[in-house]
Amino acid sequence: MNGDDLPGKAQEGPRQRLRIQFAKGEPLKYISHLDLARTWERIFRRAGLPLAYSHGFTPRPRFQIAAGLPVGVIGRAEWLDVWLTERLSPDEVRSRLQPVLPTGLEVGEITEIDLTAPSLQSQLRAADYRAVLRSQEPVEAIRARIEELLKSPTLLRRRRHKGGWQTYDLRPLIQSLSVQAGDDGEPMIDMRLQASPQGAGRPDEVLDALGLSWVLDRLERTNLRFEFDK
Amino acid sequence: MKIDQGLDHLLRSVCKPGRYTGGEWNSIVKDWDRCDVRWALAFPDIYEIGMSNLGLMILYDQLNRQESVLAERVYAPWVDMEQAMRSSGLPLFSLENRRPLAEFDVIGFSLPSEQLYTNLLNMLDLAGLPVLSMARDERHPLVVAGGEAVYNPEPLADFVDAFVIGEGEEVVHELTTAIREVKQHKSSREALLRRLAEIQGVYVPRFYRVSYHDDGTVAEIQPTMAEARLPVRKRIVATLPPPVTRLIVPYLDIVHNRANIEIQRGCTRGCRFCHAGMVYRPVRERPVEEVLAAVEAILRHTGFEEIGLLSLSSSDYSHIERLVRELVSRYQGQHLSISLPSLRIESVSVDLMDQLEATGRRSSFTFAPEAATERLRRVINKPIADQDLLAVVEEVYRRGWKTVKLYFMIGHPTQTLDDVAAIADLAHRVRAVGMRAIGPKAQVHLSVSTLVPKPHTPFQWLPLADEADIRTQQEYLRDHLRRPGIKLNWHNPQETLLEAVLARGDRRLGSVIYRAWQLGARFDGWSDQFKIEAWRQAFYETGLVPDFYARRPRPLDEVLPWDHIDTGVTKRYLAQEYEASLRGEVRPDCREQCYACGILAAFARERQALLERAWGCPPLQHHGVRREAHER
Repeated sequence: MNGDDLPGKAQEGPRQRLRIQFAKGEPLKYISHLDLARTWERIFRRAGLPLAYSHGFTPRPRFQIAAGLPVGVIGRAEWLDVWLTERLSPDEVRSRLQPVLPTGLEVGEITEIDLTAPSLQSQLRAADYRAVLRSQEPVEAIRARIEELLKSPTLLRRRRHKGGWQTYDLRPLIQSLSVQAGDDGEPMIDMRLQASPQGAGRPDEVLDALGLSWVLDRLERTNLRFEFDK
Repeated sequence: MKIDQGLDHLLRSVCKPGRYTGGEWNSIVKDWDRCDVRWALAFPDIYEIGMSNLGLMILYDQLNRQESVLAERVYAPWVDMEQAMRSSGLPLFSLENRRPLAEFDVIGFSLPSEQLYTNLLNMLDLAGLPVLSMARDERHPLVVAGGEAVYNPEPLADFVDAFVIGEGEEVVHELTTAIREVKQHKSSREALLRRLAEIQGVYVPRFYRVSYHDDGTVAEIQPTMAEARLPVRKRIVATLPPPVTRLIVPYLDIVHNRANIEIQRGCTRGCRFCHAGMVYRPVRERPVEEVLAAVEAILRHTGFEEIGLLSLSSSDYSHIERLVRELVSRYQGQHLSISLPSLRIESVSVDLMDQLEATGRRSSFTFAPEAATERLRRVINKPIADQDLLAVVEEVYRRGWKTVKLYFMIGHPTQTLDDVAAIADLAHRVRAVGMRAIGPKAQVHLSVSTLVPKPHTPFQWLPLADEADIRTQQEYLRDHLRRPGIKLNWHNPQETLLEAVLARGDRRLGSVIYRAWQLGARFDGWSDQFKIEAWRQAFYETGLVPDFYARRPRPLDEVLPWDHIDTGVTKRYLAQEYEASLRGEVRPDCREQCYACGILAAFARERQALLERAWGCPPLQHHGVRREAHER
């Protein structure tokens, strides 16, 4: 028997689904995906939002973060969906969230989404990253390496998989890759990597393939691209 | 010194970097330059454990409420971070303003257990401070320590400038005032320590001289300074201050990841092995209305989804059923879990179980019979009947809990192998009850520790069990509990020995702790980090013998290294309890009948202003004379 089945405690179904854009800034970049999810749950509770809960032995609040952010990476435009048992205007939700957000989390656009729309995860197609480097190397030299990398049809890398190592091809996951100089001449790498249920490229892997891991100053995900963005 | 730039680079290479970044909801970052007394509150274990400690959170709240005072947190960096910090020269820093510890006025360590001593040394060293108290002066932060372990402060006497014995809520402000005055007058460290020594509950070890007999036992402990008190009586708060409602909400998954509220302090049961039960007297309950109002505020301020109702024995709280029922009805449908971390078998009612069942999450239910025969339970003064235990366990399984956890100890006085065999037997019976109730998914988890005789308890004169006996008994249990549905945990006898040595050590052990730390000992409570070789060598080099401290039966008239520390409970009472224990004599809950432990006489002044039953003690008899147990 489950707590939800007790008399007078009938589980309320979701009546509204909201899509929230948020930024996970520098102060929170070392907080893992799982810890961020728990943080959101507590933010929603502090905000007094009427969260819908899943059924089952251990009911969980219903919200989904579009894509996990690797530890150490800043997220400029992340997305999540949350299900509520009462209808609230996006403005109301924003004004309840605003005062209870910790330093490092910011809420952007909030929109209402059809309750039956496909999940964010299933719609995700690609992610844009920017790596700012602390490197004396001329931008031209890095560009040459990038061009070389893009020319090659495969880029075999190894990754941990079920306790062992697995070889995979990173090249098809790279949709675009370029370098430019920042305001102070520091090299900045921009990349678009596949991020779909069929596979996702990791930005640190790309930097490692370019031999740039050691000069990385800051890594941020600047945008998530979904099926519905097209 | 700027911490930030160096730090970011280190954090990429260590596990769980979120331990070192702070910024949690409700953490308090004050303007450094606008505060005149700055406390670093240090917990000598990792973040996940330190953040679960309510005591440190209470002091954080108390101190930060003062406008010109700031208190910031620091935890022991894990070994990977320590290595990274040492190799890059980054000093230990606070989480809030990210200031090196050396820049604070005072570092206050919380010490709940003996296995943290080497971490205290290591944190001072990582802060770039001299580890020895005598090597520090007014240019360095004052180093104070409090918490459950410092009721015997002697093993740390070389490292800590001043100990705070007892409850900290009031005395921290007195310390702050003294620090502020001495700072304004630019007085010496010596002047500050003399000033502190006058405060009740503060112990400045350098102002006491300890002399020894030829056999190594303590001859005398004498103050060497007019300001130094003898004895040093612990501090208590007459009434529990309002609970902290703006609890820091961690990002990481800490050990007790929930909102904790203390519903009661102290315990009247008088289990003879229990340190907390003796040193946290008297019992003070928090009124139900205050708890309910605080829970409301805590949930609003934190968003926690679980609330822990803390006490040494939560089911003994006299309004526990009303409290839980009220919480369940108020937060129905809001998915709030309620956890009661310590339940007594005899005071858990079916009604309470029904209420807890309604709150959802039911991972496990824990009981601590501590001994498996009724004879041995009389010896330790924890009398429960097997049939009561089995009846409660059955109700628990039938309400949907799959796992029952049972805590036992081996090594009690007068224990025989029959008493150990009874542990296995009882585990089988509990599992059988579970099988009958819910089938093979019923689990029994046994944790069998070894009795460590603690100072200020009736067992303080007892030897720790012999290592060979401990191993034989653990082996017996392993052999007899290899069954589906039963899981057994036990403790490494060598770690137990170290705990036993440090618990009842004198100040000569300082040189052993120092040497062991130099040889790499730290995180001694972590089995994977415990370095027995470092400790062996440290004992060997200093010529001290662990068994002298741990396994020597002490005569009742021996001067104990902690005799100058007064918990309010008299040595005479402890000796009576010790003798009653060996006779197998039970002394029931002292809420009903007073056994004159001494706490009321010691704190008569604090008690005066309160209502008759404000503490858990029974009312006074005629003319203020209390009837003692033997007069009945």
